[in-house]
Amino acid sequence: MSSTQADVAGRPFGKDPSFLVGRPRRGEQLIKLSLAACAAVSVVTTVAIVLSLVPPTWEFFRDTATIGEFLTGTTWSALFASPKFGVLPLLTATVVITVIAIAVALPVGLASAVYLSEYASPRRRRVFKPMIEVLAGIPTVVYGFFALQFVAPQLLQRFWPGDFLGGAPGTFSALAAGIVMGFMIVPTIASLSEDALSAVPQGLRHGSAGLGATRMQTTVRVVMPAALSGLVAAVVLGVSRAIGETMIVLIAAGGTPRLSFDPTEGMQTMTAFIAQAGIGDLPTGSVGYRTIFAVGSLLFVLTFIMNALSIRLVRRFQEIYE
Amino acid sequence: MTTMDVAEPMSAPSLTSSASLAQRVRERGFSLSLLVSFVLALAMLGALLLEVVTLGWTRIDADLLTRFPSTLRVETAGFKSAIWGTVWLMGIVVVTVVPVGVGSAIYLEEFADRTRWYNRLIELNIQNLAAVPSIVFGILGLAFVARGPLDLGFVVLSGGLILSLLVLPVVVIASREAIRAVPSSIRAGSVALGATPWQTVWKLTLPAAVPGIATGVILALSRAIGEAAPLLLLGALTFITFVPDGVMSEFTAMPIQIYSYLSRPQEEFRILAAAGIVVLLGILLTMNAAAIWLRNRFENRF
Repeated sequence: MSSTQADVAGRPFGKDPSFLVGRPRRGEQLIKLSLAACAAVSVVTTVAIVLSLVPPTWEFFRDTATIGEFLTGTTWSALFASPKFGVLPLLTATVVITVIAIAVALPVGLASAVYLSEYASPRRRRVFKPMIEVLAGIPTVVYGFFALQFVAPQLLQRFWPGDFLGGAPGTFSALAAGIVMGFMIVPTIASLSEDALSAVPQGLRHGSAGLGATRMQTTVRVVMPAALSGLVAAVVLGVSRAIGETMIVLIAAGGTPRLSFDPTEGMQTMTAFIAQAGIGDLPTGSVGYRTIFAVGSLLFVLTFIMNALSIRLVRRFQEIYE
Repeated sequence: MTTMDVAEPMSAPSLTSSASLAQRVRERGFSLSLLVSFVLALAMLGALLLEVVTLGWTRIDADLLTRFPSTLRVETAGFKSAIWGTVWLMGIVVVTVVPVGVGSAIYLEEFADRTRWYNRLIELNIQNLAAVPSIVFGILGLAFVARGPLDLGFVVLSGGLILSLLVLPVVVIASREAIRAVPSSIRAGSVALGATPWQTVWKLTLPAAVPGIATGVILALSRAIGEAAPLLLLGALTFITFVPDGVMSEFTAMPIQIYSYLSRPQEEFRILAAAGIVVLLGILLTMNAAAIWLRNRFENRF
């Protein structure tokens, strides 16, 4: 006690206005330090991801294939006897399936968000919003099952509108995987878009209605432009999810790398290749093992760019309205 | 009348009699197409559940839970080793992700100085980590945990640690929101009575935030339980006919076993996969119901 009094006496009031800064307490300092260590785990994780990707990728480009061959080659047969390391087939497959997924997820997700934010009564909102969130909770392996077992045979093949669109898709196709992936991404786009729309001040809607605009005009010409950066962020994050999704494409898009833009064909994405090669339990340091990391690096860089862009865009609308 | 107008300003019919017919049609068409898109998403969900249940129905029996996987006797094959593998994985995830995730959240909300670059870096990093593809976590596990520096091997501990890192951002973000929702008057009162910052956090802030944190942990677990991609790189896709007897045991997991059955073309394996999906979705439904119950039970305490 006496030391406390001495400390208080030795420090005039007003010099240290923050109540959180007092006499040094060892225990408190230790606790704070261990909490900071917990927070540092996430940073260490990112660093470890980069550290585990870089050395094998570097070895791959030093010994196996040049960056030019890798990025411009049109044949991918990494695990065969005479391997070819052109990543374009994997990259185009990822792009084709992502485009299909976004073509489904953008209208459905955005419309759901607009409906929930601008049209639904509070009661309907309370009921409908969790239903959309259920879609986000379904494991991706289940979506893969759905694509393989329902969308490909019972939807696409049965209702295929005839030969002028080319032949009907087979058991494995980019189309089935992409459509199902689109529905997987709907909740991502819907919930971020709804946040963005709800952040638009009510005053803008009132002003627009006061000038005689209908609700559709208000929504399309006032609310959505005002929330634009948030809506774009939602789509960008959706693209990032689509690029990184593995199980759906592994199950439903087939395992053959093919440089093709025909969505009715089966193709192998970057993620599906990584998974397929990883299942094989390749020996450390082998060529096949290194390709996992080379493709993984490309995947990480692509999704990192998307995520950074999305974070920036979200920050922009938060700065304007919050 | 006036109060109603104030409460729901947009509910009053915004179409005046002067609006043209074309305008009205467009207006109706727009709101209808919104509803149709929304219903389409729900219809897809309905079709998915229907397909799983109708296909898997004949195999939802006791064998499913008590028998080991088999490719020879498909009629009586089950998911026993996968169910126990998943139980072990979830145990490891809970034990590791709760202290680290909640600790991070407390640090960021209660102690971190936002003006420091390293604290902003941590926040940005968590946001980015939440969107890193799960297969990349598998690569991390392969190069860093199963082999490489930690060299644990293809065991259930490796899988659990990687799933834990994968869902860490979910726990951190949910816990931060829960801690932020505790009114600052509570902290001020505690500190004014002479409690140290940590005493305040431990005795007042944290207990008040527990429902929100628990909800976040359950959501994180329901994400981890369905995750298959990273485990594929950690040797989980092997034929296991034993229950893991420790953290250094080989393992498989529910979503992996489902994928394994699904990758065989014969119908009876598809049926088995569907039955396994019913079990997995049942577990998920229970977890989500628990999360909703927690949220409603303890909401609005202040």
